[in-house]
Amino acid sequence: MSDELYGAAIKELAAREPAVLDGADASVSLDNPLCGDRVSLDVRLDGGRVTASGHRVKGCLLCKAAAALAEERAVGLEADGAAQLLDQVAGMLKKGAEPAFPALAAFLPVRPHKSRHDCVLLPFKALARAVKAS
Amino acid sequence: MSLTIREAFPALARPGFHYLDSAAMAQIPGLVSEAVTHHNRTARSNVRRGLHEMAQRADAAYDGARATVGRFLNAPAEEVVFTAGCTLALNMAAWGLGRNLGPGDEVAVSRLEHHSSCLPWMALARERGFALRWLPVTPDGRLDFADLGAMVTPRCKVVVATHASNVTGAVSDLPRLAEAARAVGALLVVDGAQMVPHGRVDPRALGADLYAFAGHKAYGPTGIGVLWGRAEVLDGMAPLVVGGGMVGTVGDDDFTWGEPPHRFEAGTPPVAQAVGLAAALEWMSGLDWQAVHQQEAALTWHLLDGLRSMEGVRIVGPLGLEARVPVVSFTVEGCHPHDLSHLLAGRGVAVRGGAHCARPLMSVLGLEEGTLRASLAPYTNRDDVDALLRGLAEAMKVLR
Ligand SMILES: Cc1ncc(COP(=O)(O)O)c(C=O)c1O
Repeated sequence: MSDELYGAAIKELAAREPAVLDGADASVSLDNPLCGDRVSLDVRLDGGRVTASGHRVKGCLLCKAAAALAEERAVGLEADGAAQLLDQVAGMLKKGAEPAFPALAAFLPVRPHKSRHDCVLLPFKALARAVKAS
Repeated sequence: MSLTIREAFPALARPGFHYLDSAAMAQIPGLVSEAVTHHNRTARSNVRRGLHEMAQRADAAYDGARATVGRFLNAPAEEVVFTAGCTLALNMAAWGLGRNLGPGDEVAVSRLEHHSSCLPWMALARERGFALRWLPVTPDGRLDFADLGAMVTPRCKVVVATHASNVTGAVSDLPRLAEAARAVGALLVVDGAQMVPHGRVDPRALGADLYAFAGHKAYGPTGIGVLWGRAEVLDGMAPLVVGGGMVGTVGDDDFTWGEPPHRFEAGTPPVAQAVGLAAALEWMSGLDWQAVHQQEAALTWHLLDGLRSMEGVRIVGPLGLEARVPVVSFTVEGCHPHDLSHLLAGRGVAVRGGAHCARPLMSVLGLEEGTLRASLAPYTNRDDVDALLRGLAEAMKVLR
């Protein structure tokens, strides 16, 4: 069954209102052509550290939840650290690594569903590109 | 004892499996798979090249397949071109008719089109500099003929339309389009991918000049499609692909084309797949289509009715049974099609969520997130539709 994907933690993340960031230093939009998901991640940096973030998302519940987590998690991290979130999420989904931080555990049920990995990774990919671009 | 329609399909024997994704790819009757295997065992050889025994059998099988497709389309075999798929057939139609168009010319393309039907014309328009006009749709996902005269102008050289929409299930009024095209001397290219799976088609009688369809949606193998063309149209058409088997004479500096249909079949054709397609069309021709259509209509109605009674569900497409194939798209408020289709998959229900390769239609209908689509076939039963309706109600609860 795929019902376990839609646990309370993921639904709570997906239901969050995305932050709107004016005056972003970098903004990256990515598409998943397969399912039509589109995520835009916006970041502001100061001295190499992410000070604020926002996002816009048009996509499935998993993509929305992941975008909310990416937005929240990035703030306060060095640019490199924010970019590494992608490796942490991919490591957990694809290589069986333990969740690198507690909130990521909400996405553990996605692990066996390979066709949905990209829904979760897309926002983290956009974040990695955004911090690298700035 | 003869098999029921459903029993003819080995993949459907699995209990608890509800296949409602036939518009993407139909299931294949066991006897069609066997026809392909039998061909490979007994007649595997290249065609139109060899004189040995296997080659002769292969030639006979391939020619026979062409004749069968011709009978299905009420057309002479010479008007049947085998291709690697519907997409290739539609590209061949576009490049065959459109490569000499230029500034000042127009091509009218329906907004119901699958990307495989409209993108070749968009690519050509960019390259050749002619104008593309999108034929509009009504809010219920049918072609809108209100301004047809203004859309198909004297500059129009080709009209492109799907016979049945892979999103809304609406069947296009081809005779009306053909009349508009003929009035200005334009040709009519039709994408029949979603129509052929629901019974025999007579493209000439409908007014089409070129008509394309896919084998795998019509209970046949993958890797095979058909481009039917009126003999006069094929005769004047340039091939998209050149190579072995399609030439007349070849010199150092030039070559001439062979006659249709071979002109359009460069390289080794998909012989075994053509044999399989012929077996599929023969299987189709043996069905009682009046009964099949009645059953498809009853199930479509049951589905539409069930969807209508669910809160937040919006049907995308015609609400009734008139001029439609059993393809039903819908959206569910607050639930993304991708999540719904995954939850349904967990309940053994196979449907498709997304934009269905029809962005021009999605954008005009304001469906950025796409739709969920259930597509029925002669093997669909009431249990399949009930499983979808039940699963959908459960999936909505999981997501909300
Ligand atoms: C209406 C329509 N046209 C064309 C195609 C393309 O067919 P194929 O992918 O088999 O080439 C499809 C397939 O989804 C379709 O539904």
